[in-house]
Amino acid sequence: MSERDASGGIDLHIQQVRRFRLQDVLFHYSTQLFAFVVLAALLGILVSLTIEAWPSFQAFGLSFLWTNVWSVPDDQYGALAAIYGTVVTSVIALVLAVPISFGIALFLTETCPVWLRRPLGTAIELLAGVPSIVYGIWGLFIFAPLFAEHIQPPLQAALGDVPVIGGWFAGPPIGVGILTASIVLALMVIPFIASVMRDVFETVPDVLKESAYGMGCTTWEVVRNIVLPYTRVGVIGGIMLGLGRALGETMAVTFVIGNANRIVGSLFAPGTSIASTLANEFGEADPGLHIASLFALGLILFVISFVVLAISRWLISRSMGSEGL
Amino acid sequence: MLSLYTRRLWINRIGITLSMLAMSVGLVALLWILWTLFSKGFAALSWDLFTQDTPAPGTEGGGLRNAIVGSGLILLFSMLIATPVGILAGIYLAEYGRISKFASFTRFMTDIMLSAPSIVIGLFVYALFVATTGGFSGWAGSLALALIAIPVVVRTTENMLKLVPTSLREAAFAVGAPRWQVSLKITLRAVKSGVVTGVLLAMARITGETAPLLFTALNNQFFSTNMSEPMGNLPVVIYQFALSPYDNWVNLAWAGALLIALLVLTVNIGVRVAFRNKDKR
Amino acid sequence: MPDQKPPVIENAVLQVRDLDFFYGDFRGLKNVSLDVAHKKVTAFIGPSGCGKSTLLRTFNRMYDLYPGQRAEGQILFHGKNLLDKSQDVNLVRAKIGMVFQKPTPFPMTIYENIAFGVRLYERMSKSEMDDRVEWALNKAALWGEVKDKLNQSGLSLSGGQQQRLCIARAVAVRPEIVLLDEPTSALDPISTAKIEELINELKSDYTIAIVTHNMQQAARISDYTAFMYLGELVEFNETGTIFMRPGKKQTEDYITGRFG
Repeated sequence: MSERDASGGIDLHIQQVRRFRLQDVLFHYSTQLFAFVVLAALLGILVSLTIEAWPSFQAFGLSFLWTNVWSVPDDQYGALAAIYGTVVTSVIALVLAVPISFGIALFLTETCPVWLRRPLGTAIELLAGVPSIVYGIWGLFIFAPLFAEHIQPPLQAALGDVPVIGGWFAGPPIGVGILTASIVLALMVIPFIASVMRDVFETVPDVLKESAYGMGCTTWEVVRNIVLPYTRVGVIGGIMLGLGRALGETMAVTFVIGNANRIVGSLFAPGTSIASTLANEFGEADPGLHIASLFALGLILFVISFVVLAISRWLISRSMGSEGL
Repeated sequence: MLSLYTRRLWINRIGITLSMLAMSVGLVALLWILWTLFSKGFAALSWDLFTQDTPAPGTEGGGLRNAIVGSGLILLFSMLIATPVGILAGIYLAEYGRISKFASFTRFMTDIMLSAPSIVIGLFVYALFVATTGGFSGWAGSLALALIAIPVVVRTTENMLKLVPTSLREAAFAVGAPRWQVSLKITLRAVKSGVVTGVLLAMARITGETAPLLFTALNNQFFSTNMSEPMGNLPVVIYQFALSPYDNWVNLAWAGALLIALLVLTVNIGVRVAFRNKDKR
Repeated sequence: MPDQKPPVIENAVLQVRDLDFFYGDFRGLKNVSLDVAHKKVTAFIGPSGCGKSTLLRTFNRMYDLYPGQRAEGQILFHGKNLLDKSQDVNLVRAKIGMVFQKPTPFPMTIYENIAFGVRLYERMSKSEMDDRVEWALNKAALWGEVKDKLNQSGLSLSGGQQQRLCIARAVAVRPEIVLLDEPTSALDPISTAKIEELINELKSDYTIAIVTHNMQQAARISDYTAFMYLGELVEFNETGTIFMRPGKKQTEDYITGRFG
């Protein structure tokens, strides 16, 4: 074969160069279009929920947010009970889940034998993979009865007479209720918080830990005084991620919260959350104010969890470099 | 001096013990849930599950055939939507993400969508699709699930593409290839298995999603392959049957939960094992 | 120390004039000017971080891929400035091939690895393509080893073979210049010797620019050598002159191993 028989290659080249340029521009815009789908969905959610919820906001105004009424027969709606249930269950879930997640992350990064790290880490990740409806039926059929029989009575006996917090444990121990929902939620968010914590713990430079160990620090002291301060931002991001998850969780909560649209001081009492109200009522809601109010609940839930998740992602990406998760 | 040291050792010991306790809480929860599922679910397993449809109230027996087929169809179509959209969007973020503000913004929003409440997505599809076209349908269910799966596919695709060594990308550019060919024919191909993993994980993620189907696909007591009608599906059947007063319904709910969990766990464990073998090579 | 005159290069393929290069605010190349001679081997040596790879990567505008990197000055190729925005980068890269430090086979068969680049700018029949693939693999002295497994993945070859596959891939599109960026630094001595032999043969058809951290390699295979330090071109001359009678103290210190 001869070396440089350009074989009229120049024309072909110029054609081809033009074609490639065009194709690259098309490629850029078409992939961008697909990336835009995610943004469009987000925007679409905000817009469509606002439109659908409008009649309710018109009828009740902003006081919808702090009115404790939910009556289909009277066509009167207020979001307070649902917001209360959502926030209380999520916060209790975090109070339970954060120390446990911290312990798991600490164990996986510092004390666990290397050969066990992978299987145990996978087990925790599997916990995140279990569908929420499975948590729901497990909570309803297995956990709630046990809770009612073996845990609620002693809790009530021990704490029921303590001033201030005694009221939290009042009422009949029926198993389902705010506290049960919180515990199931805690189990569900543990893997998310734990895996973020593990990831940020692993960003601590070894030299930093080694120099602390070199001074004679114990594992606990290294974690307490070196790892935690170093990863503070990411840890808070992980907790916020768990909160975001807990706020919007539907099925597991719907099964065990008891679905009573009211506010009761006791954590043993049944309550409701925004998501479980939607799951229960939306399918059979009457057109008009009822359905508009449900949309309004959805909008509130979306905005709250959006803010929480945005803060969480911002913190996590700040702590792990630009990569995020 | 010694007493201070002993105190420190004790604090350490307590801390470590508590962390092991936390780990066992997680493990016990996982094993307890799995054990419950297997014992209750296997008891309810039978061939009828796959050959008979969901029973009418008050009738004996029955199976989950319509729900299994319905779930399969809804999943299939949602992944057919989510896979190309997610992969192309992921390519966009990986290719142009370094230089474009729009891309960083999209990445941030995608991360939020990863954890956004799924029930709200159901509401959105209801308002957008069900209310306007006048009915619950399999399509609406697929659309809702696709919206949940897309962010998962986007982020795994992008993360996988970022693992491609710069030298391979540069080598492809060095022969004079245009960007789209470098992207689709070289880098995407180099991480094919990782992208497939992302798609499988996204599928596992939406397999058990119940909330978004409640207002979209709804449910259908009868066997149907018509995506334009309400369609039976496992998650909603589990939800409705588990809360029902009939024993055979509750048993069917457990069997359905077992089927879903088996699928989800198999995919999750499978991709981890596959990737582990790859790491070793 | 004799002050050496710069070499007279009459048939330069690339004429670099007053080239500056910036990584953001950092100036990676300072006012570099030199000629790359037609069908000769030009070697770039210097301690790591001296800008030799940076210079090579301006020749095919690889830096274009990264925002924040830019080159100023001129690189004349057939009388036109390569750095001009109007120059099509893809076409530049098709005419100026490149082989990297680590072997970079594409995730496809050996045959497709070669055909991929050829197909971009040339239409040809299957049999013509077969011929081209065989020709390129022969050029890279790889044909004998892979002719029975053209349909296997390029990744199944050994490191040295992969690197020769990459050379075949670069040669297959029939570029005018082949850029080699430390092509043997990841290879064992035997594979290295094979590649060096190959470079010697390739220079009868191609202009070759090679970056190497191995001074003996530069001395063995190149006709011209450029010594760079801290982003500046310290000395550029015929290889014999650089190694036997360097004109600058820094060059002498470097080639005698006193620093770097």
